[in-house]
Amino acid sequence: MQININVNGTDHSLDVEPRRLLVDAIRGDLGLRGTHIGCDTTSCGACTVLVDGTPIKSCTMFAVQADGSAVTTVEGLKGADGLSAVQQGFSAEHGLQCGFCTPGMMLVSTALLEENPDPSEDDIRWAISGNICRCTGYVNIVKAVQWAAAAARNGGEEG
Amino acid sequence: MQTTTHHQPTTSPEIGGVGHSIPRVEDARFVQGAGNYLDDVNLPGMLHMAILRSPVAHANLVSIDSSAAMELDGVLAVVTGELMAAHNLAWMPTLSGDTQAVLATDKVRYQGQEVACVIATDRYIAEDALRLIDVEYEELEPITNPQRSLEADAPLIRTDKEDVTDNVSFTWEAGDQAATDAAFARASKVVSLETHYPRSHPSPLETCGIVADVNPATGQATIYMTSQAPHAHRTLFALVAGLPEQNIRIISPDIGGGFGNKVPIYPGYVVATAASLLIGLPVKWVESRTENLISTGFGRDYYMTGSLALDDDGRILGLRTDLLADQGAFYSDAQPTKFRAGLFHIVTGSYDFAAAHVTAKGAFTNKAPGGVAYRCSFRVTEASYLIERLIQNAAYEIGMDPAEFRRINFIQPDQFPYTSPTGFIYDSGDYETAMQKAMDMVGYDELRAEQAAAREEGRLVGIGMASFTEVVGAGPAHTYDIAGLKMFDSAELRVHPTGKAILKLGVKTQGQGHETTFAQIVAEELGIPATDIAVMHGDTDNTPYGLGTYASRSTPVGGGATAMVARKLRDKARKIAAHLLEASPEDLEWEPGKFSVAGSPDASVTIQDIAFAAYTNHPEDEEAGLEGVHYYNPPNMTYPFGTYIVVVDLDSDTGVWTVRRMVAVDDCGVRINPMIVDGQIHGGLTEGFAKANMQWITFDDDGNCIGSNFMDYLVPTAWETPRFELGETVTPSPHHPIGAKGVGESATVGSPAAFVNAVIDAVAHLGVRNIDMPVLPDRVWKAIQNA
Repeated sequence: MQININVNGTDHSLDVEPRRLLVDAIRGDLGLRGTHIGCDTTSCGACTVLVDGTPIKSCTMFAVQADGSAVTTVEGLKGADGLSAVQQGFSAEHGLQCGFCTPGMMLVSTALLEENPDPSEDDIRWAISGNICRCTGYVNIVKAVQWAAAAARNGGEEG
Repeated sequence: MQTTTHHQPTTSPEIGGVGHSIPRVEDARFVQGAGNYLDDVNLPGMLHMAILRSPVAHANLVSIDSSAAMELDGVLAVVTGELMAAHNLAWMPTLSGDTQAVLATDKVRYQGQEVACVIATDRYIAEDALRLIDVEYEELEPITNPQRSLEADAPLIRTDKEDVTDNVSFTWEAGDQAATDAAFARASKVVSLETHYPRSHPSPLETCGIVADVNPATGQATIYMTSQAPHAHRTLFALVAGLPEQNIRIISPDIGGGFGNKVPIYPGYVVATAASLLIGLPVKWVESRTENLISTGFGRDYYMTGSLALDDDGRILGLRTDLLADQGAFYSDAQPTKFRAGLFHIVTGSYDFAAAHVTAKGAFTNKAPGGVAYRCSFRVTEASYLIERLIQNAAYEIGMDPAEFRRINFIQPDQFPYTSPTGFIYDSGDYETAMQKAMDMVGYDELRAEQAAAREEGRLVGIGMASFTEVVGAGPAHTYDIAGLKMFDSAELRVHPTGKAILKLGVKTQGQGHETTFAQIVAEELGIPATDIAVMHGDTDNTPYGLGTYASRSTPVGGGATAMVARKLRDKARKIAAHLLEASPEDLEWEPGKFSVAGSPDASVTIQDIAFAAYTNHPEDEEAGLEGVHYYNPPNMTYPFGTYIVVVDLDSDTGVWTVRRMVAVDDCGVRINPMIVDGQIHGGLTEGFAKANMQWITFDDDGNCIGSNFMDYLVPTAWETPRFELGETVTPSPHHPIGAKGVGESATVGSPAAFVNAVIDAVAHLGVRNIDMPVLPDRVWKAIQNA
């Protein structure tokens, strides 16, 4: 099937099997390998992307379902001014270790801050609770999101 | 060694040596989604492999019909055990001296065992083809626990082995039985505990995988693999597959977590490599999560009994323990050769007594093989759990506060180096200082008062403690080897003419941050800024030989190698500096980054000047260059320790317990990058909580693995995970070049007992002394009802 999909601001036209998973279209057809596969069952969130701004686990969505949508992957987080506040926060607060869950974590965090610029710790923990991290114990991921929230509020780069 | 509250850095922040929390070098690529993990490796013409696995736990393999699968467009081959046997590859050795089926030939021995592999142009097609393979099984009685396995009428699982008549995988003992019997004979009290440390799975977020690329023209095999031990794997590949070792290059790319799961060689690796060799194209295989959970290396699964002999004053006289290990279908523990139950005999823990005896037996069952050191130094986790649970129960039985009972039985600081009753030589420690710090942080006395008052009101509060001692950093060559390979590790350091450097390691990060911390060790020793040092690891063609990263050995062993090679170069740099300053080498004084003439501080040269001179103006009696390599054989293991305290509130109506506080005081010696150390501890505490609270691989009576995906195998999310409060003491290792001990696993080792002890403590006054992990609400509720 032919689908049209905008990924990180670029339009793509893809010919995909109806059963092809969105994550395989992103990784395989578009070569964007920052989106990872961790569990195949919608449980871990490593494959999280934003579809029209909403966090979606791309291992459980068919590519054809994204026809006509705008998709943001980790490769789309960096802006013209450099790394986004969330990306900077994850590094500044040591919110990542092996890095495998990091793209998904950053995308749900980005969506959270879009909706709630001043989240409480519980807000953050709830927002990222669909994403599993096996390395960090989440402590520093929470701090990373808080860093990014503070940076956005201050309008600068320092959290 | 003197214990302090904090290690003060000796280098400037610009140099960023030991003790500085510098940002991680690795982060730049990871936050941009630009890591290069195994599944990101794609080669021209690459084929994809999928594995057909046994749906039953124990059955004779009657026939395999793959003709329909072969007819599917895009399928190049269906590989069976018969084909592998024709190449003498149907079986492979395990890390514990057993053999394991690569693809089943005679029977299947666990659900999920590899039966056939499809090689196709696309993973979707390969998966389609699996459904077209027709396998006939003749089912046998599945054995789902080791107790049944050892009964006389149990069916024999290892019918593949000649002269084997039972299901025993190993027997082992340590310590002194006679001395222990004597200690128990004179004891005034004996306290016993029987508990199961259940089967768990490391489940790193990235599953295991391989891209095997064997060039048919040259015979060169480039193997990309999720490997925690690439050099050892190269040698094992050479031995198993009969490939010349110089033709094998293992590249372990960025690894999405390991935790011991990526130490073994799995059947899929062998088949993919064989398929690439036979077909002449690269072959990729990446596990699904279910494949990872049901077939690759699990952790724990020890049934343990322990008894402490006590005198009238509450002093421990001796310890007796017995283990029964559920080994799965093959004995494939990843552990040093001499130790059949890993380093479980560290079970005497932080306590000073003269006699201990450990007996252990392993039994084959119809479950996946494994027994990997899951964020653990070879069964230290089980040992630490058993002793810390026993200590609390013993305190209850003699009517003493568990903290006080620990205090009077601790090994004292002036007893180090301390020889344990099972033969370990503890390097350094100050257990009481760490425990007191944790007690002060949590407000121990106030909590005990609150607990008593709460009980009056009918509320249940529990305070649990664990004062663990680990043994990590395997290890000295005289005692430690895996598959005959001595457990040294290595570092190669090249300082370039412009004063920048590249460090090449035999160990391999899986998220621990080696590219940052190992640069800091060089910065500490040579004064070259850490940011000027690149760190390479994971590519066997471009790094010196080492045994890899697991069992908290990177810092103790690889870190030792790094410091030592840097010191070699500093010795040479001194000679070059003397040549440049026209002074005698012994008249030079070193400070981080430069040599100066004693008494004439203005007469100095920087390490960068020296590096340039090493290539442009070196002394005539010295070789050019500033490069070196060091293979570090550690003189001893290191012994990190600490005290963890958990406070829980328990609802007696439901059995639900929630963590109110979790205080962790760790002493891992000198901390190279405190930020990274804290991150390691956070992660380890979470995995300890997971095992105490939810993480559990179970099987039904037919041997079906329950917990074959992340909906049934629960790992903690940010919502369930407790908040942690960290503290530190610093007792350097006296034998490690920079005094570091290793920290990646301390929290996973020490914390499960603290969580479980807290729950037990909440209901101990009712007489409850044990609830097996995971401490699920129904188990708590039943324990209360039965008390």
